[in-house]
Amino acid sequence: MSENRKLRVATTSLAGCFGCHMSFLDIDERLFTLLEHIEFDRSPLTDIKTVSPGTDIGLIEGGLCNAENVHVLREFRQNCKILVALGACAVNGGLPAQRNHLPLTTILEEVYHTSPGLANGMIPNDPELPLPLNKVHPIHEVVKIDYFIPGCPPSADAIWKVLTDLLAGREPTLGHGLMHYD
Amino acid sequence: MSHTFTLDGKTIPFAEGQTILQAADAAGVFIPHLCYHPDFKPHGSCKLCTVKVNGRQTASCTMRALPGMVVESETEELNDERRALTQMLFVEGNHFCPSCETSGNCRLQATAYHLGMMSPHFDHFFPSRAVDASHPDVLLDFNRCILCSLCVRASRDVDGKNVFALSGRGIKTHLIVNAKSGRLADTNFTLADKAAQVCPVGVILPKRHGFAVPIGERKYDKAPISETTEGR
Amino acid sequence: MGSFREVEVALNEMHAEAVAGIVDRVATRHRRDPTCMLQILREVQEACDWLPPEAIDRLQVVLGVPRTKIEGVAGFYAFLYTQPRGKYRILFSDNVTDRMQGSVALMERLCSSLWVEPGKVSEDGLLSVDITSCTGMCDQGPGLLVNNYAIPRLTAGLVDEIAELIRNKVPLAEWPADYFRVDDNVRRADVLLAAQMAPGDALRAARARAPSDGLMASNMRSWREGLPSGLGGPIAMLDDMKRANLRGRGGAGFMTGIKWEACRNAPLKPGQERFVVCNADEGEPGTFKDRVLLTSHADLVFEGMTAAAYAIGARRGFLYLRGEYRYLLEPLTAVLERRRREKVLGNDILGLPGADFDIEIHLGAGAYVCGEESALIESLEGKRGTPRNRPPFPVTNGYLDQPTIVNNVETFAAAALVALNGGEWYASIGTKHSAGTKLLSVSGDCERPGIYEYPFGVSIRQVLADCGARDTQAVQVSGPSGVCVAPAEFDRVIGFEDIPTAGAFTIFDNSRDMFEVARNYVHFFQHESCGFCTPCRVGTSLLKNLMDKLHNGVGSPYDFAEIEKLNQLLQAMSHCGLGHTACNPVLDTIARFRPAYEQRMTQQDFTPAFDLDRALAEARQMTGRDDAGAHLSSKHGGAA
Repeated sequence: MSENRKLRVATTSLAGCFGCHMSFLDIDERLFTLLEHIEFDRSPLTDIKTVSPGTDIGLIEGGLCNAENVHVLREFRQNCKILVALGACAVNGGLPAQRNHLPLTTILEEVYHTSPGLANGMIPNDPELPLPLNKVHPIHEVVKIDYFIPGCPPSADAIWKVLTDLLAGREPTLGHGLMHYD
Repeated sequence: MSHTFTLDGKTIPFAEGQTILQAADAAGVFIPHLCYHPDFKPHGSCKLCTVKVNGRQTASCTMRALPGMVVESETEELNDERRALTQMLFVEGNHFCPSCETSGNCRLQATAYHLGMMSPHFDHFFPSRAVDASHPDVLLDFNRCILCSLCVRASRDVDGKNVFALSGRGIKTHLIVNAKSGRLADTNFTLADKAAQVCPVGVILPKRHGFAVPIGERKYDKAPISETTEGR
Repeated sequence: MGSFREVEVALNEMHAEAVAGIVDRVATRHRRDPTCMLQILREVQEACDWLPPEAIDRLQVVLGVPRTKIEGVAGFYAFLYTQPRGKYRILFSDNVTDRMQGSVALMERLCSSLWVEPGKVSEDGLLSVDITSCTGMCDQGPGLLVNNYAIPRLTAGLVDEIAELIRNKVPLAEWPADYFRVDDNVRRADVLLAAQMAPGDALRAARARAPSDGLMASNMRSWREGLPSGLGGPIAMLDDMKRANLRGRGGAGFMTGIKWEACRNAPLKPGQERFVVCNADEGEPGTFKDRVLLTSHADLVFEGMTAAAYAIGARRGFLYLRGEYRYLLEPLTAVLERRRREKVLGNDILGLPGADFDIEIHLGAGAYVCGEESALIESLEGKRGTPRNRPPFPVTNGYLDQPTIVNNVETFAAAALVALNGGEWYASIGTKHSAGTKLLSVSGDCERPGIYEYPFGVSIRQVLADCGARDTQAVQVSGPSGVCVAPAEFDRVIGFEDIPTAGAFTIFDNSRDMFEVARNYVHFFQHESCGFCTPCRVGTSLLKNLMDKLHNGVGSPYDFAEIEKLNQLLQAMSHCGLGHTACNPVLDTIARFRPAYEQRMTQQDFTPAFDLDRALAEARQMTGRDDAGAHLSSKHGGAA
């Protein structure tokens, strides 16, 4: 990596809980070191809404549970040189994917029609709302993903390790203690 | 008089009748494995313990050691293949570690850590599998079954009960219990059974103990699987 | 007058009693022997149409085995049903040759005619329609099985007649017999198929060639306990077998004489004996030669088994017949019965006191993997057909852990010829490394499909000329687990020194898409994987999904690389030959017909295997939306 150009990094959370982003921020004062090497593009941290073409690294938290997730993921893939799946949900669907053994119709029926306490229950159908996919998918099943950081969330140290490996042009690895799926 | 073979260049002594894996284990050399357990007859189904013997690949848990064998185990090629097998097991079932009581004590997870498995790689099957909470002391979560058949062997060979068996074929192979209802509560299974102790993953779970040891302080949190001994 | 509920309970009890009666009758016929579990389950199903839970209740009691064991076995075999499958259970053979002959359209025709979905039971519970692996009727396909009985030569007209019979609930026994006629289609006969031999001739010839010293004693002792070695008739038979250079006809090509000798020399523990097993689990897609041998040359096969028993000192033998050949059970049983009457089977064979050997027939139930000899033995023992860890091999630790030879149907038939004419005679036929003749099951794109017997060393080109094949693009020799041969290699020859084969010879002309051929074979292996080892259980499914992905037009070079990686993994890590060879059709067609794959890689970039737009269909239906935002394009980078 050349010293004089900062790498552009974009981040997003799809079907995730932002826990991975919180963990990212947990690298604490190392953020200052990191910011000597990177600048943020689209990210909840910047509130930039679109990914700039030629962005170097995209960090994706969360899996794909609806159509909007797919659009965002595709935008990242089109504009990022390297895509990194950040955390359990991006890696294997995580908690949201535990709905996958149920048919979507059953879920919507239960949530909006039959569960108690719903008056005039109806399934929201506003075109502004993204439609849910019949199954939740990890992101590598829809676009090519270059690197993965497992964990729920990955620890700050694990995220730091992978990012510094990438910045140094090394294949990222996580040894014992950093590699966690839980 | 003991014989020897070499494993990755290291001399390993073995007794007559020992398999490569047993001899390596006795010598303190780790070969990844899931369906092998020292208390039971080797089975050879998970294939994680595959090594190269005189240039040919074979499961080390079932291959008898012979004098002068040249065995390779810690090679990039073999570990790549073992990682792929581990990934297959992850996508075949529903393995959501953050919500699994066994996380941190799970041999599948620890083996994946050992092999540097950063992702499941393949497309997930997301099979529909049931949970059986009928038994007063034990929960069965079939989502995590890797078909190692350790519980089958333990129940049959040690407990003398045949509580568990594999049925189905191919990708539809699945664990069944010995009751017409299919419910564990209708079997003579108890928490004291050997079969209750041997599940390498989170299928056979004692109730009310799940988080007695917090996540982060469990067996494979403390030391990698290659530096631990079998059993909990 | 009892309540409706009481009537229902009473009916259930009557049902349970009736089922128990059937189970008792079947189990008694099999001496309540748990090693006959598969046979018992199969016969109970023939009586009940499926295996109701009450049958398993009763089996637990009469066999004294745990339910898990019974359900484990019942769940393994494709032809055993623990859920109701209807009174008429139709299975269309789904070999690539059936497909080439139009089976897919015929199955759709039957399904739409009878209002039933493939794979499901009709709403009235009358019938089910599904597909099954090759039923061995490739020379007269397309074929189907109805309640495990084979019907070849399907046409649209025949399918309509079958639909009518089912609609009218005509019992299977009253269906026209001609439907079930299976032709031999022998197109070329050589020493084996042309052999004129009366039952017992080969046995008499074998005895006559034995040295006279102590002949009677050693023979008799051989029949009883396989000892002593180095004396008399049995050893002369073994020597002839070794001189014959006969190699196993099941594909692997192990020297038969050496196998027999190893079994004969294997030590017996007290109470143990030796066994002769004939592998008639002819499951390799495209193979049907054993069908013909067992239909018209069963004496030759049984004589070969008896000669083997004589050589190794066995008193019991098994014929393991694939479930698809259910229709051969009664004729073969009749042949055995006749041979007993003729004193060439049973007790005191040829009038020799103590020369005892008998054969039982076990039927398989839809499991290709049972063609692997150790899986076959597991199945013979009434278990799931999972291949064993080897060593030890069956010659020392086979049926019920006792010394056992397992040979192919054709091997035993050839052994009878060796016994009849001697080893030197046999070795003079064929080539140096491949003695004798080979039956080829020729099917696919040719004018005269059927059985061709050639001395080893015949070229692919010669076979193609003889069977009237034109514009041949490829020949799959020895089925999907064998090799795919392209025109540049048509001068290669059939034989262990070049192209070994178990007998299948499937021809594809220029109109065929070799990618689709390979995809059919990959589906076959996925269906037949036993599920024991991780690489084969999961790997064959992953491979199938990737081939389907290419088929569906969403494949990219990424997927092609994945296929190659899986091929490597299956070959290197699998437990048995099924997994080792499951990728052969893919590897071979990639090597020879790469453009067929390249055409399929229609995407430059990674594209999901599933249809993203279809993944929204349920949500669209539930919300009633159909606006632009309610859709997703499947192509990567495509417009939203």
